[in-house]
Amino acid sequence: MFDLTGKRALVTGASGGIGREIAKALAAAGATVALSGTRVGALEDTAKEIGEDCPILPCNLSKLDDVDKLVPSAEAAMGGLDILVNNAGMTRDNLFMRMKDEEWDEVIAVNLTAAFHLNRAVLRGMMKQRWGRIIGISSVVGVMGNPGQGNYAASKAGLIGMNKALAHEVASRNITVNSIAPGFIASAMTDELNDKQRETILSTIPANRLGTAQEVAACAVFLASDAAAYITGHTLNVNGGMAMI
Amino acid sequence: MSDVADRVRKIVVEHLNVDAEKVTEKASFIDDLGADSLDQVELVMAFEEEFSVEIPDDAAESIQTFGDAVAFLTKATS
Repeated sequence: MFDLTGKRALVTGASGGIGREIAKALAAAGATVALSGTRVGALEDTAKEIGEDCPILPCNLSKLDDVDKLVPSAEAAMGGLDILVNNAGMTRDNLFMRMKDEEWDEVIAVNLTAAFHLNRAVLRGMMKQRWGRIIGISSVVGVMGNPGQGNYAASKAGLIGMNKALAHEVASRNITVNSIAPGFIASAMTDELNDKQRETILSTIPANRLGTAQEVAACAVFLASDAAAYITGHTLNVNGGMAMI
Repeated sequence: MSDVADRVRKIVVEHLNVDAEKVTEKASFIDDLGADSLDQVELVMAFEEEFSVEIPDDAAESIQTFGDAVAFLTKATS
């Protein structure tokens, strides 16, 4: 439905769950997709599923020296970059009173600081070509908060605020900067929930089911497409109605 | 008119879409030529590429007029 032929994308966290589906969906829409993540084997699996030559760019987002090489590597591999999807994220849950500095720092570094570095790195190329799409995968937790996730919530809310500020700066250059805030998405993690936990979660979701990674990926394809050219600084909530905001 | 000035003027005219006559020695990119702060960043990027030089942030901030740019780049490339 949305054509991304000729576009070159970089997806972080493309080894698992939502990131893998985003990479597959962008590729299915015609884009060339560079895959980044920490697990090379899983990235190769994603590439195999896509079935085309995807540059595989392993990167540990907690190491800023590595982060700063990622965009130049992607640009070199594909001849430029049109779409950046900051999908990679991690959790280190703990109640506030018990949260260690390291747990805070690590989550902020990977979820927010790495995204800042990558956003900054893609701007020069996108400004010159007068076209760009930056998409941050946030979370309903960044919008609503969640007990035990002070660090994660801060990082995901930070991503939304950062993307709005950047959206202001570069809108006149045909670069849009948006966020997607998924709710509960079926994943290896949610498979482990017991029936009672699942029931409790579902009682908060009007759609009465978990979302799928494909449903998040579809939003990324839309925001990357020309159809969404007039949408910037937006946060797309993909949560089955659990937070109507 | 020096070669450097010609090259700088060409970049300014193309980027800001202004008449070449308006790009005078004292012309301020922002006050006289309609640039915004992002235009100014882009001009510096274009100068860096055209002249194969790195312009550090503090130097970039000091380049406010066409004359500033020509003076900086003449010195940087000499």
